[in-house]
Amino acid sequence: MSNDATETLTGSQVVVRLLERQGIRRIPGIPGGAILPFYDALSQSKLIEHVLTRHEQGAGFMAQGAARATGEVAVCLATSGPGATNLLTAIADAKLDSIPMVAITGQVATSMIGTDAFQEVDTYGLTIPITKHNFLVSSARELLEVIPKAFRLAASGRPGPVLVDIPKDVQNERIEVSEWPEPGRPEPVRAAAAEPIERAAAMINEAQRPILYLGGGVVHSGAAAQAVQLAEKASLPTVMTLMALGAMPVDHALSLGMLGMHGARCTNMALEECDLLIAVGARFDDRATGKVSAFCPNAKIIHVDIDRSELDKIKTAHVGIRGDVGDVLGKMLPQVRQHLRKEWLTRVGELKANHPLQMPGVDDPRTPYGLIRAVADCLDDEAVIATDVGQHQMWVAQAYPLRRPHQWLTSGGLGTMGFGLPAAIGAAIAQPERTVVCFSGDGSILMNIQELATAAEENANVKVVLMNNASLGLVFQQQTLFYGQRIFSSKFKGVPDFLKIAEGFGWQTLDLDEAADPKAALATALSTRGPMFIHASIDRHEQVLPMVAPGAANTDMIGD
Amino acid sequence: MNSITKIHSEAGRPQTVLELEVNNHAGVMSHVVGLFSRRAYNVEGILCMPIGDGRISRIWLTVNEDARLEQMIRQIEKLDDVLVVHRHGAGHEVFERVGEFFR
Repeated sequence: MSNDATETLTGSQVVVRLLERQGIRRIPGIPGGAILPFYDALSQSKLIEHVLTRHEQGAGFMAQGAARATGEVAVCLATSGPGATNLLTAIADAKLDSIPMVAITGQVATSMIGTDAFQEVDTYGLTIPITKHNFLVSSARELLEVIPKAFRLAASGRPGPVLVDIPKDVQNERIEVSEWPEPGRPEPVRAAAAEPIERAAAMINEAQRPILYLGGGVVHSGAAAQAVQLAEKASLPTVMTLMALGAMPVDHALSLGMLGMHGARCTNMALEECDLLIAVGARFDDRATGKVSAFCPNAKIIHVDIDRSELDKIKTAHVGIRGDVGDVLGKMLPQVRQHLRKEWLTRVGELKANHPLQMPGVDDPRTPYGLIRAVADCLDDEAVIATDVGQHQMWVAQAYPLRRPHQWLTSGGLGTMGFGLPAAIGAAIAQPERTVVCFSGDGSILMNIQELATAAEENANVKVVLMNNASLGLVFQQQTLFYGQRIFSSKFKGVPDFLKIAEGFGWQTLDLDEAADPKAALATALSTRGPMFIHASIDRHEQVLPMVAPGAANTDMIGD
Repeated sequence: MNSITKIHSEAGRPQTVLELEVNNHAGVMSHVVGLFSRRAYNVEGILCMPIGDGRISRIWLTVNEDARLEQMIRQIEKLDDVLVVHRHGAGHEVFERVGEFFR
């Protein structure tokens, strides 16, 4: 507690001050009746800038984009009722991908709660299952405890979203404040037990065919460099989940890229042969494992996770280590022997040579893989790469040379179409020096297209690369492969003129279909500052391959 | 939730009694039972009273044992308002003694 002169402040002013002290400088949101007292207080802040989004879901995903790109807790705002319900998808998305976020919502006055008042909804009840923790605040005094605690909880241990619902009368209540609490910071990491780390190191030293399996926890923990060190020291071929891409540069000699449903054949085949799987900050998601009983059937398992409830949840670990990934890897590294592992690396090299990821058309920027590589060729590792959800997301996950943790923003667990554009804007506003590219599809982009207005208003340095196949491509692909080619509700009959739409929102545009030299056009467009909308048509029969059918074993891949 | 008589009628099925200490404020019970309901995992019996000066409450739950129980306990332990979780056998006297109110 620090001593200042006593001030009389409203609950809203208290929250604004606490957010300022917390280091928050930008908050996306939309005002409305039940949160107007807070907006009035926010208008007086000299430190915090408000980003007016066009839909509350956009605000939620902008906060997520900032949090994912920086690793810091981000805040979003909404009013009661529909404002709060519009935030839900973004909150649930943050929960599944363990993204630190604090959502602040207005609520009807305490005396009106439970009366079906105008714009009243049970925000607290609705958000119980999709937050790490949530609060319904009953007095202004409580805010002094709740706000720092919300930040502490969001950032501690396994990160996640926290919601603070503040009734209007609490926002207006005046209290005397003489002391301010310390800002909420992540709790210090609890030291992991030494014994299981020793056993794990011994298992790695003895293993013949080990594989390192990195998850999003490696990125959240800031432990990507240690993970790479471990892989290099012990010669561990390394697979990454969708969330971990960038933790090890995908072109690192030991990298096998992404595992699972759309992993390369060599990746899933190597997993089939491994005798030790070292899972680090990964949670054995079904998209990564395929049929669990057939996943790494010959392997012992070491599982490191900060969340004890992840250990033994899907696969029983031979050694389960509860701890922060960075702490555990730091302790494990000196105990792991330098190992050349020539035989296993030779075998993995054979698999990579014989069963690499097939990227047809990679040299032609008018194909999905070629377009993604052409974009990558125009950028360096400082760029941030966001995606929406669908075929384009998987193609980018397969083909983009991600090399930096926090470079990659994608909705993994919830798989939310509409994530990409607002997440990219949030990242661009948080890190204005970076170029932020959002790969999207014609299905996804329409789900939060209104945020084109926010990006234009903020002059956000966002480049949308729209891969337009006039379809819900992944649905079209699944119907083609698994539903007897009965294509239903996945082809759009009316396709909007996206370039006119983008122009209408004040974006610069590029139609790659019309460009005589698409690579040169891309280079110019991507290096032009400010919002740029790049449109490219894609054949709807293009598929993301290989593909493991949902529920099938990962070795049962369709396509080369 | 079912009455205590169900416990006796299902004597053949192993049950577990869980004892939780939680912060006593509105919403804690929803957090706890929500973990069960989202998994369609029935809570067979539930008791809750404040203890001491009332800042803390004790919750007693009786649930059927199944493969998910260990995961459930770990999920409960993660809740910020849950301070302690103890696991007891089915024969714990708390539900037997309160049973007379359910006859």
